[in-house]
Amino acid sequence: MTSAAKGEPLVRLSGVDKWFGELHVLQDIDLSIDRGEVVVVIGPSGSGKSTLCRTINRLESIQQGEISIDGQRLPEEGKELAHLRSDVGMVFQSFNLFAHKTILQNVTLGPIKVRGKSKAEAERRARELLDRVGVSAQADKYPAQLSGGQQQRVAIARALAMDPKVMLFDEPTSALDPEMINEVLDVMISLARDGMTMIVVTHEMGFARRAANRVVFMDGGRIVESADPETFFTRPQSDRAKDFLSKILNH
Amino acid sequence: MQFLSDNFDLMWRAFLTTLSLAVTSGICALVLGTVLVGMRVSPVTPLRGLATFYVEVFRNTPLTVVFFFLFFGVVYIDVQFPSRFVTAVTALSLYTAAFVAEALRSGINSVPPGQAEAARALGLDFGQTLRSIVLPQAFRTVVPPLGNVWIALAKNTSIAAGFAVTDLTAALQRLANANADKLLAVFAAIVAAYLLITLPSAWLIRVVENRVAIVR
Repeated sequence: MTSAAKGEPLVRLSGVDKWFGELHVLQDIDLSIDRGEVVVVIGPSGSGKSTLCRTINRLESIQQGEISIDGQRLPEEGKELAHLRSDVGMVFQSFNLFAHKTILQNVTLGPIKVRGKSKAEAERRARELLDRVGVSAQADKYPAQLSGGQQQRVAIARALAMDPKVMLFDEPTSALDPEMINEVLDVMISLARDGMTMIVVTHEMGFARRAANRVVFMDGGRIVESADPETFFTRPQSDRAKDFLSKILNH
Repeated sequence: MQFLSDNFDLMWRAFLTTLSLAVTSGICALVLGTVLVGMRVSPVTPLRGLATFYVEVFRNTPLTVVFFFLFFGVVYIDVQFPSRFVTAVTALSLYTAAFVAEALRSGINSVPPGQAEAARALGLDFGQTLRSIVLPQAFRTVVPPLGNVWIALAKNTSIAAGFAVTDLTAALQRLANANADKLLAVFAAIVAAYLLITLPSAWLIRVVENRVAIVR
């Protein structure tokens, strides 16, 4: 395993607990992610992996513990939180492109409204990014006119337009038709190769093998196992990880 | 038809009064209703409570009572309106804003939560998210219900007639008294004048609805 660590971890969760009512969805989570590291979070549904991902930019609040990004503790609310979120890119399972805006406007909105960039500059950069993810021809269409795979690639471009320090992917391929999964994974793999710090919640074991520095296995709201992909897939330590892998890999 | 040309001046002025009552109140109600719904969905609890209180009070008070209060009740709190027209516009706006807010709120609820989440994840604050992402989409889905509110408002202006504003309904009373032998024609003329406001509105609402429709 190669460690791209330079000094402090970029994202640090310590002693994080979260409840949904009675349900203890995150239990005493400790996790540090270094600069340039690609961490894949896997686990059965209901294990808390999506919730974990969403706490990192505080789309979900936590009841205990501390989360910090680039040495800065996550603010509770308001401008500071908004500012911190602008440094954390997020890609959702259901794309969530702005339905009333064109593809180009989807990508320029954040840079213009949050970063205060000029329209011309934001558009130039947006076209570069759309080109990079292979959807530049669709710039003037609306999200509903694109396939799921194209929409998700636009969503990645939209997040990249903010020049984030870290990217969160919350099951980015789970809502896609099988033939569209690879076009999204290819974009993610090239991002990983370029040194982007990424936290990816996914069921795509192929992606984990090819691009991850580390696999984190969650079950029942806890991090059960954390290892490099090779070790995790060939010699899982816990029974729950063995059980999970046997269910998804032996087809 | 003789009486029509005889009374054209009165009818025309009454028509303009009704139209400007409706348009002015409509704009004020739209602005106030938007502010109210912004408060209602805000994360600040006192603002939410205040907006809910407002909506429930005005939605459940008969419009005539609101008129009564503004024309005769506010002397106690020392408010002077510059004219009866302004008082009527105030009453209509305050009342209609509650319905605008409710229509908009249903629209906001129809916007998938992922839209606001994506905006917040980009670093937009609450106000920016509401203005750039949620409200523009909410407005589109509420064009039909807002159209209903507008048509109801256009007809509700008739209550001003009871408070010495010479609108179409006041003209109806006056003309009916003066032309007791041509009652049917008088009614037809007044109804036609209201239709002149509401029918093009209904058509315009359909056009706007088609124009702003978004595919999901």
